[in-house]
Amino acid sequence: MKGDAAPSLKILPLRRTSAINHFLSSTPVSVFIYCLIVSCILYSSFRGAQSMGYNWQWYQIPKYIYSYTDEGFQFGELMLGLWTTITLSFTAFFLALIIGFWVALLRLSGLFIGTKIAICFLEFVRNVPLLVLVYLFYYVLGPVFKYDRYTASILCLAVYHSALISEILRAGINAVVQGQWEAAKSIGMSKMQTYIYIILPQSVRFLLPPMTGEVVHMVKSSAIVSVIAVAELTTLGQNIISDTYMAFEIWFTIAIIYMIVIMILSIGASQVEKRYTVTN
Amino acid sequence: MSIESPIIKFQNVDKFYGEFQALKDISIEVQPSERMVICGPSGSGKSTLIRCINGLENHNYGQIIVNGIELFEGSKELIRLRQEIGMVFQQFNLFPHLTVLENLTIGPIKVRKISKVQAEIVARKYLDRVHIPEQAEKYPSELSGGQQQRVAIARSLCMESKILLFDEPTSALDPEMINEVLDVMVELADTGMTMVCVTHEMGFARKVADTMVFMDEGRIIEVAPPDKFFSKPDSVRCREFLDQILEH
Ligand SMILES: Nc1ncnc2c1ncn2[C@@H]1O[C@H](COP(=O)(O)OP(=O)(O)O)[C@@H](O)[C@H]1O
Ligand SMILES: [Mg+2]
Repeated sequence: MKGDAAPSLKILPLRRTSAINHFLSSTPVSVFIYCLIVSCILYSSFRGAQSMGYNWQWYQIPKYIYSYTDEGFQFGELMLGLWTTITLSFTAFFLALIIGFWVALLRLSGLFIGTKIAICFLEFVRNVPLLVLVYLFYYVLGPVFKYDRYTASILCLAVYHSALISEILRAGINAVVQGQWEAAKSIGMSKMQTYIYIILPQSVRFLLPPMTGEVVHMVKSSAIVSVIAVAELTTLGQNIISDTYMAFEIWFTIAIIYMIVIMILSIGASQVEKRYTVTN
Repeated sequence: MSIESPIIKFQNVDKFYGEFQALKDISIEVQPSERMVICGPSGSGKSTLIRCINGLENHNYGQIIVNGIELFEGSKELIRLRQEIGMVFQQFNLFPHLTVLENLTIGPIKVRKISKVQAEIVARKYLDRVHIPEQAEKYPSELSGGQQQRVAIARSLCMESKILLFDEPTSALDPEMINEVLDVMVELADTGMTMVCVTHEMGFARKVADTMVFMDEGRIIEVAPPDKFFSKPDSVRCREFLDQILEH
C-alpha cells in the first residue's frame, strides 16, 4: 500500500508545476511579463533621475558616435572605443585559442608532468579573479617584461580565456570516438597529424557552440581592462562622463552598443553552426 | 617450412591490462606472404594479439619483431613501421568528414608525401580492386556496411603496405554483405600479401589460410595447417570450439 501511495504523491506536484510552466511560457503571457518588467525598469530609472533633478541631455550623445562636419563623416569617441574593444577582444581570443590548444594537448598527453603542469595552470587561472589577473599582468609583469598597457590587457584576457577554451577543446577532442585515433595511427599518422586532419575537423561541430559563447564572453570581459585605462569602449565612456557628467545617457548608450555587437556575433554564430550541422 | 626470416615474430610475449593478463607467453612467427587466420572464443585475446603487431597496444614482456624492427613503447620507428602495416577494423573506422577518395588519399598525401594527383590515381586503382569505383565522391555515411568495409580495405592498400591485419572484418556486417567483403579478401590473398586475419568465417579460412591459429584465455592453443586444423586438431578445446561454430 505504501509503495502504491508514494509514486502518485510524486506525480501530482510535477504535473502542477508543468501546468504553471506551460501557462508562463505561452507567447502572449511571456510578452506581457517582458513588457511589464522592461517598463518598470525604465519608469523607475527615469523617476529616480527626475527626483535627483537629473538634467537629461540625450541630444549630446550622437556626436560621441559619429559627426558630420565640413571635413566630412567622422566616427565619434565611442565608436573608436568600440573598435579598440573589438580588436582587443579578437586578438586576445586568437591568442587564447593557441594557448588553450597547447594546454589541452598537455592535459591529454598522458605524460605525468604534462598533465600536472596543465592542471596547475588551469587551477591558478580559474581561482584568481580576473581583476587581480589584470593588475598582475600590468603592475607586476608589465615592468618586468617591459610591455605597455595594451599588451598587458591582451595577455591577461588571453590567459584567462585560454583556461576556459582549453576545457572546451578537451571536451570536443574527447567527443571523437577512439576508433578514429586507431585508424589514423594505423595509416602511420603522427599525433599532431591526427589532431589536425582527423580529430579537430570532427570536433568542430562539438566545439562551435561553446566557442562562440566564449567570443561573446570575451567581448564582455574585455571591459575590465578599463581599470588600467586601455582606451576601449568602457574607458572612453568613463572619460566622457567625467568631462560631462552625463552618466545615465552614456552608460545606457554603452550598454546598447555592447548589446548590438553581441547580438550580431550571436546571429553570425548560429549561422555557422547551422552550416556545420548540415554537412555532417 | 621456409628459410626466409619471419616478417612477424613474437617471442614469449605477455600483455597486461592492469592486473588482468590478456596475452600469456605468446610465441609465433609469420613468414612473408603467409596468410594466417586466428580464431577463438570472445575475450581470448585475438584483438590484443593483432593490435600488438602494429603497436596499437604495447606488450609488457617478451619480444616482438616486425619487418626487422623490434617494437617497444614510445619507439620512434613505430610511425614508419605502421606505414608498412595496413589494418582493417571490425567497425570500419572510416573518417566520416572526408569523402571516400579523401579517406584513401589522406595517408599517402600527408604521411608518404605523395602528390595529390599521384595519390588519386593509386586510390582509384584500389577502389576498382574492391569493386566500388563509382563511390569515390561519396561520404562514408552514404555507403552500406559492406561498401564501407571495402573502402577501409582499399584505404589500407593505398599505403602500399607489406602486411595487412584484419580484426573480425565481417562481424559488424549484415549477413548479405559478408560475402562481398570476403570475396575481396580472397582476391587479396591471391596477390601474395602477408595477411593476419582474426575471423570466424571458416569457409574463408579454409580457402585462403596457410596457417590456422586457435587462442583461448590469452594463450595460443593450436597452430596447424588448415587440413589438420579442421580434421584432427590436437587440443580438445579447439575441437569443441570448431564443433560449436561449424554447427551454425
Ligand atoms: N583496453 C582494455 N582494458 C582492459 N581490458 C581489456 C582491454 N582490451 C581488452 N581487454 C580484455 O582483454 C581480454 C582480451 O580481449 P580481446 O583481445 O579484445 O579479445 P578478443 O578479441 O579475442 O575477443 C578480454 O578479457 C578483455 O576484456
Ligand atoms: Mg576482438
